[in-house]
Amino acid sequence: MLRPRIIPSLLVHDKGLVKTVKFKDPKYVGDPINAVKIFNEKEVDELAVFDIDASAHNREPDYSLIERLANQSRMPLCYGGGVKTVEQAQRIFGLGVEKIALSSAIVQSSQLVPQIADRVGVQSVVAVLDIKKKMLGGYEIYTHNGKKATGLNPFEFAMKLQQLGVGEIVINSIDQDGVMKGYDMPLIDKIREKISIPLTVLGGAGSLDDIKKVVAKHGIIGVGAGSLFVFKGIYKAVLINYPNRKEKEEIFNL
Amino acid sequence: MTVLINYGLGNINAFINVFKRVDIPIRTANTVEELKGASKIILPGVGAFDHAMEKLNNSGMREALDQMVLVDRTPVIGICVGMQILGKKSDEGVLPGLGWIDGDVKKFDESTIQYKTKLPHMGWNDVNVTKSNKLFDGLENNALFYFLHSYYFNCNNNDDVIADATYGVNFACAVNHHNIYGVQFHPEKSHQYGERLLHNFAIL
Repeated sequence: MLRPRIIPSLLVHDKGLVKTVKFKDPKYVGDPINAVKIFNEKEVDELAVFDIDASAHNREPDYSLIERLANQSRMPLCYGGGVKTVEQAQRIFGLGVEKIALSSAIVQSSQLVPQIADRVGVQSVVAVLDIKKKMLGGYEIYTHNGKKATGLNPFEFAMKLQQLGVGEIVINSIDQDGVMKGYDMPLIDKIREKISIPLTVLGGAGSLDDIKKVVAKHGIIGVGAGSLFVFKGIYKAVLINYPNRKEKEEIFNL
Repeated sequence: MTVLINYGLGNINAFINVFKRVDIPIRTANTVEELKGASKIILPGVGAFDHAMEKLNNSGMREALDQMVLVDRTPVIGICVGMQILGKKSDEGVLPGLGWIDGDVKKFDESTIQYKTKLPHMGWNDVNVTKSNKLFDGLENNALFYFLHSYYFNCNNNDDVIADATYGVNFACAVNHHNIYGVQFHPEKSHQYGERLLHNFAIL
């Protein structure tokens, strides 16, 4: 039977791999290419790599890094960071990446979705929504590493993206990022209710049990995690890890 | 040598990387000239059926491929949409397929799928080998492959099915007729299982 996807989410900053807490304080955790090699050995379902400098500093995607990542990756690879145009998306796709994640660019112009989908295929276009709780209840989409409030309601915007033909939506909880206390379950429930296209959730996983809770409730879903797969123990020693096939089957209740 | 048809579709680099790892030579072909001398042919593909057929028909390689596959009986494997275009036609488009294997491409019936996300069928699924075949040598038990598609190959001749998978319905995820093979999943992105399968094809 089809399995939910468990997806390590890696952040690139100054050419190194980092992990943040609530989108702040990037801590160096290693070399990106080396991490991909280890995740290959661990047979991960899918890998997501986000360059957190590109959009924030208005930079072009680092094509040479993307190419090296794609060359190593024995599993589907999603790249995000600094993609603003159809040409950039096509170039990245040509380097051997399966999925291209768009965030700030589609917040600015959601028409980019059908334009890129037309060239690289709907299934390859992923929208990443960085979401923060509002002071007085509700949620809001942020861009530029959580620094820029957009005023957009994530549920309405997700429905709009679905209509525009995005292939998948990733929701990334800024409040839960790096906290390792579990996913924002009400946020996941509400977004899942609104959209039927593939959904991946990110932000908050502190244990395999947290992943299991999402899967138990939502079945076929993408479950992403950063800290969980790069840190070990209460002192957060850097150690790349990932559930093996048997542990996964327990998570999926197979 | 194994030759990868480069007609503008599919993750060409991913295949080349797999062949490097299993240490089997491979090259790409963009023209009839480059097709010459192929002992095995890989036909990759992603995206829509008609788009794939248009690209292949306009690649200049179509006639030579028909000759090599149907007359010279060179082993060929279609991957994902590359498998679907082996059939005669598809629910997804209006163009005729290659017609190398007797089958049509159907859309999954969403009413048979109990998940919130109906389509695409995306992720890792079990592949159940239904008929002994060298392609699945060493992959008879427990093999998982990565899928990403909304249409499936419906064989008119059950004998051509060599493996199936389940998504709402049981569907043929691998087919073989004489020298012609097709797999719906992505072996180039399926870890050791995919590597093994591509290796098996290369040494047929």
